[in-house]
Amino acid sequence: MNTAPDKRMGLAEAVARFVFDGAHISIGGFTINRNPMAAVYEIIRQRIKNLHLYAHSNGQGVDELVGAGCVAKVEIAYGGSGRFAPTCICFRQAVENQKIAVEDYSNYQMTLRFLAGAMGVPFLPTRSSLGTDIIEKWGFPASMRRADPQIPDHKLLVMDNPFGAWGQTTKVVLVPAIQTDITILHAQKADANGTARIEGLTFADVEQAKSARHVIVTCEDLVEPNALRACPDRNQIPGLIVDAVVHVPFGAYPTACYRYYDYDPVYLKDYSQSARDDLQHQAYLERWIYGLQDHPALLEQVGAARLEMIKADPGTGYAKGLDRR
Amino acid sequence: MKAPMMEYTARELMAIAAARKINDGDIVFCGTGISMLAAMAAKHINAPNSIIIFETGAIDSQLEEIPLAVADPRVMFWASANGGLADAFAIMQNPITGQRVVGILGAAQIDRFGNLNSTAIGDYTRPTVRFSGSGGACDVASCVRRTIIFMQHERRKFVSQVDYLTSPGWLNGPEGRDKAGLSGGGPEAVITNLAVMGFDDHTREMFLEAYYPGTTPTQILAHMEFTVDISRAREIQPPTARELQILREQCDPQRLILG
Repeated sequence: MNTAPDKRMGLAEAVARFVFDGAHISIGGFTINRNPMAAVYEIIRQRIKNLHLYAHSNGQGVDELVGAGCVAKVEIAYGGSGRFAPTCICFRQAVENQKIAVEDYSNYQMTLRFLAGAMGVPFLPTRSSLGTDIIEKWGFPASMRRADPQIPDHKLLVMDNPFGAWGQTTKVVLVPAIQTDITILHAQKADANGTARIEGLTFADVEQAKSARHVIVTCEDLVEPNALRACPDRNQIPGLIVDAVVHVPFGAYPTACYRYYDYDPVYLKDYSQSARDDLQHQAYLERWIYGLQDHPALLEQVGAARLEMIKADPGTGYAKGLDRR
Repeated sequence: MKAPMMEYTARELMAIAAARKINDGDIVFCGTGISMLAAMAAKHINAPNSIIIFETGAIDSQLEEIPLAVADPRVMFWASANGGLADAFAIMQNPITGQRVVGILGAAQIDRFGNLNSTAIGDYTRPTVRFSGSGGACDVASCVRRTIIFMQHERRKFVSQVDYLTSPGWLNGPEGRDKAGLSGGGPEAVITNLAVMGFDDHTREMFLEAYYPGTTPTQILAHMEFTVDISRAREIQPPTARELQILREQCDPQRLILG
């Protein structure tokens, strides 16, 4: 939270100021859409380590952070990037090799956990996962939970419906609230104050932002304050919860940004190919992240032709007819 | 003149077999891949008034091009409303709309009661193979009226006991869901590259409902770790020319899912 009128900042400064070793963090977007990828690459570039990451299904961003060794623990519903990686490659390897600790929830549970954090309640109830191993099997052992004041003692709890048979429900699953140190979102439009407008699906971005101590918003267009305030009913992020506003065109690339550009099937395919092999993945990190100064340099290396290829068609919001084979 | 024998792939038949299970007026929740194709095919072929929803928040998508993920911007095309996860899951779990939802899921392992594993093979904390995890699958399987499951028909996938129970089927039998506190619905069919499996109304156990041309019930049993009733099995109706044409030309002309 920050009530200052002007929170514009460079990306390197925003990441250096709000993302630290061991931070509890969440990122916006979903699988291959509107992940704050420029910020993800900057976190990798600054070699931030031991992140505790909370994700519903933030596929590409999560996989790149895990693959670059930035993550120690992840609480997650889905580690996949659609057809490009039915299971995210680096995520899979890191879990199989026990390089990260993982705790599984469902997408609705993660959504409710962020919502609980935003609401300031310790938990919210759901019926999801009754009878399953999501309840029975814990990735974070009870001892580790008790030792760490930043995570709850229980993964979740099942209780009898305290309202009796009200709601035709006998039992409920209580999922604990999440409050992150930092949440990073990418929006289509924002102003200097942090007021932001997401176009298209919002996923759980709004709940994630409201459950965070600090919020960084990266945006395609940095607009004059009046542009967004003239129609506040279309804005989802109130400026007061935002700490840094960073203007980053193509800031979600290589994931999609509705009405601006599609996902880049070439980049995503090349990524999932190189992620399968340690040496190739190291080469990928050097070539596309460590060896580049910033996101504009990455875009330059991708080239104007590819960016033109994924440019969104104004009628649909995506690149109609894009060759996605 | 005799009509030429129609050529089609197992994948095409799978999509069509699932589409045939979708009724006009159903609300179809689909995941990534072939389930989207089945939902699209149903809407074009046999269930024009079915509603397609995505957990990402796109409600009543018209799908001009096949999405490659549930967050693909293509799911927003001409939708009735674009929201977020909380909106989509509310429609699914609210008993008023939820009772009309048919969920289409996939998994790495399934048991005879239709319980699904999409999380891990081996010990959960030290898995030999890690998969994506639930995503929204457990949420769908926990609350909606009916689910249709896509599987590859292999012995290591049709197992006596799943290594990790991600999404609830009928749990341990007719009473399982009720005892666990889950609502009434459950799995209705499993559609594989060889067959369509149903679930018995009384025992809730899987049985062989239909096998594809070129396979036999005995061959299908050889692809499963557990045995099922094959006495009710019949050969499936092959795809019609119209079904195939719509699937190929309108649903997936780039063959992104059909391969």
